[in-house]
Amino acid sequence: MARRVPTSRKWLVTIAAWAIGFLIFFPILWTILTSFKTEAEAIASPPSFLFFDWTLDSYREVQSRSNYFLHFYNSVIISLGSTLLGLVIAIPAAWSMAFVPAKRTKDVLMWMLSTKMLPPVGVLIPIYLLFRDFGLLDSRFGLVIVLTLINLPIIVWMLFTYFREIPGEILEAARMDGATLWAEIVHVLTPMAVPGIASTLLLNVILAWNEAFWTLNLTAAKAAPLTAFIASYSSPEGLFYAKLSAASTMAIAPILILGWFSQKQLVRGLTFGAVK
Amino acid sequence: MATAHSRTAARFMIAPAVLLLLAWMIIPLSMTLYFSTLRYNLLMPGMEDFIGFDNYSYFLTDPAFFAALTNTLLLVGGVLLITVIGGILLALLLDQPMFGQGIVRILVIAPFFVMPTVSALVWKNMFMNPVNGLFAFLTKAVGLQPFDFLSHAPLTSIIIMVAWQWLPFATLILLTAMQSLDSEQIEAAEMDGAGAFARFFHIVLPHLTRAITVVVLIQTIFLLSVFAEILVTTNGGPGTASTNITYLVYAQSLLQFDVGSGSAGGIVAVILANIVAIFLMRMIGKNLDI
Amino acid sequence: MGQIKLEKVTKAFGNTQVIPPLDLEIEDGEFVVFVGPSGCGKSTLLRLIAGLEDVTSGDIVIDGTNATALPPARRRLAMVFQSYALYPHMSVKKNIAFPLKMAKMPEDKIEEKVKNAAHILNLTDYLERRPGQLSGGQRQRVAIGRAIVREPAAFLFDEPLSNLDAALRVNMRLEISELHQSLKTTMIYVTHDQVEAMTMADKIVVLRAGNIEQVGSPLDLYRSPNNLFVAGFIGSPKMNFLEGEDAAKHGAHTIGVRPEHLRVIHGATTSSGWTGTVGVIEHLGSDTFMHVHLDGDRGTITVRADGDNPAKVNDKITVEALSEDRIYRFDKGGMAIR
Repeated sequence: MARRVPTSRKWLVTIAAWAIGFLIFFPILWTILTSFKTEAEAIASPPSFLFFDWTLDSYREVQSRSNYFLHFYNSVIISLGSTLLGLVIAIPAAWSMAFVPAKRTKDVLMWMLSTKMLPPVGVLIPIYLLFRDFGLLDSRFGLVIVLTLINLPIIVWMLFTYFREIPGEILEAARMDGATLWAEIVHVLTPMAVPGIASTLLLNVILAWNEAFWTLNLTAAKAAPLTAFIASYSSPEGLFYAKLSAASTMAIAPILILGWFSQKQLVRGLTFGAVK
Repeated sequence: MATAHSRTAARFMIAPAVLLLLAWMIIPLSMTLYFSTLRYNLLMPGMEDFIGFDNYSYFLTDPAFFAALTNTLLLVGGVLLITVIGGILLALLLDQPMFGQGIVRILVIAPFFVMPTVSALVWKNMFMNPVNGLFAFLTKAVGLQPFDFLSHAPLTSIIIMVAWQWLPFATLILLTAMQSLDSEQIEAAEMDGAGAFARFFHIVLPHLTRAITVVVLIQTIFLLSVFAEILVTTNGGPGTASTNITYLVYAQSLLQFDVGSGSAGGIVAVILANIVAIFLMRMIGKNLDI
Repeated sequence: MGQIKLEKVTKAFGNTQVIPPLDLEIEDGEFVVFVGPSGCGKSTLLRLIAGLEDVTSGDIVIDGTNATALPPARRRLAMVFQSYALYPHMSVKKNIAFPLKMAKMPEDKIEEKVKNAAHILNLTDYLERRPGQLSGGQRQRVAIGRAIVREPAAFLFDEPLSNLDAALRVNMRLEISELHQSLKTTMIYVTHDQVEAMTMADKIVVLRAGNIEQVGSPLDLYRSPNNLFVAGFIGSPKMNFLEGEDAAKHGAHTIGVRPEHLRVIHGATTSSGWTGTVGVIEHLGSDTFMHVHLDGDRGTITVRADGDNPAKVNDKITVEALSEDRIYRFDKGGMAIR
């Protein structure tokens, strides 16, 4: 039973919230705007906010001077590949932990979580040397493996919390209704599990897309995803604001859009179900 | 409902995940541990000798280590302070009735989805650059001398960047927790004569304690490993002014090729992270009722 | 047909025995209610019959065939769950059709049967909706629909009304009773609510801690309870119990009188009654319930008087049993003395 809130107060809150929201979003907005400017306009003083000649030149330049789409492609392959591989490994594990819990299930889950707490720098050297010796440095395959492993605990946990919410009574009802194990999986379990699997996929693609420790340390050029590609702008190309902005906009746009769809799952996934 | 058959099947289904993670944890970690006891430089292959704890005493007595440790603590502490307090205030604001709440939420959450290298470069060049940056323009507009953030306050600048990235995370989790607060509790407190401040401190804040703890612990895990932001902005400098432990280990092993002391540093980082991890695991474990 | 026989059935979870050896016979077409306080094993018993739990020992015989080892689907039983257990991703139509589809019935026959069931249950307008878009009562009906299309040997209901509000509960109670009258199929119904048991059952099975305390028709249990537990559990408000001197007078360890079997005598005292002070009075309009604190700290008893009884709080009154045979007598072990 919500009470009537005085309209004046509601407006005040609205203005304050929008102002703060705008301020927080501003660096992103500014990047997007700058990407449509020429280099000269990008560093003009005073800077122009909306009234400049909108142009796509910077986007064209970024592609022609560096193989932007190769890095974009790398990002897609690495984030999607590691997530799918992770799901293939995690679904059976989460499944059996949720539906056939044993005494040690909790310990196994907690232990999996603890591997996520391992700071990457603690294993940087051996991984680097192993990759060097096995010829995996600067390969998409190598990164897919590493990102699968670092995100596996999160994937298992998220799936586990989703699967656990499928009520056992429904499975029993299916059994009473004469469903075979196969029919139970196809007609009842899978349709109910798909939303959870989709959310897990979404969040992990985001995490893998933005991962910036292993991608920076294990790639050079050929397999570099966007994180590493953007890092190459640190100097001196970073001073070409319009091009930096265009490259950045293209790198963050897909994830920004995916991310807005996954707000709810984000909380659950990143807190391992501790906050819902 | 669990029969012996399904238990066996379950074990087979868990096995790949467990074995892979076990390998991922044990093999490299024991290699790091082993390297940390060797004199091992990539530029001088074949000269590896066992030297016991020398790498540790070298790493721990290096003044760079103390600088890095201090910087790490300042970075983690500073970002936590900004994001938790800012997150609570923002969550309180966003929890109020307003127009376009959904859109404001989207605006506030957006920075979390920006990859670290992009956010670092955008802040470094387009905002903090002393010549062409937006901050420089603003300071000049009010007649002040532009401030060169990254050379004169490198650590603070990095704290600002990282806080901007993590503020949405804290806000989102605290807002979610706030929305799970039973409105009848607030109404009961109101009936009991509690004012807005009393309600916040006696009802809302205690309700948020758990979410705040989770935010602090999870952010700490990630903040201990801040790397890309430092790599693309300051390279740890000037001097060691913005080097944290993660970056120090990286520099020792992959820039100076001193695998031995880099490994010792890696082990130190693992120990530091474990101290935090133990608390976090207890929190999450308590919540897990199987 | 739907005759179910339990022979020396036991169930243990680990070392805890929840059902001691138990025998029970359910006749074809009977409406049997398992009733008892929570944790008495009534749901476990139902799930054993359904095949959702394995019996530890003993046999379950359905229509003359031993079904102990049969999987749930092959026992020809249908179950309505407490949470309804509807498939959230399927429309009402698909939910009801699911068991038929699993039985590989031809499409046109499924269509016809679903239509029929929907008609009986007033669901025709909702066939395309998802369970999430239905009210509690409608969901309940879908769950029943899913059960009746299979034309099972018996229906099993696991506390099906406990998630509904009071008014709806009374309605659904009636609907299920009507369904039973028109289908004449065996029904086994689990509840903790003795009112549901009394109003619906042909036969009530009162359970406590896995033991059958008494089996009988509702009126049997009301009129001649075997022991203190059944006497206290059946009937509302609860039967009054008195011990000590009052009981000894009747040659028993405990005596019990139902509130509706007491009569109020204002002021005057008689030798056969109990005097006391009126405490709380509950007016229901048709009846008045009075809680009388007996003199000499002998406890409180509840009396049902008619709606226009003039008694007020703190009045001194005397109550007495309508007749001597309305006083139930129990021995030291709580068993009825007959």
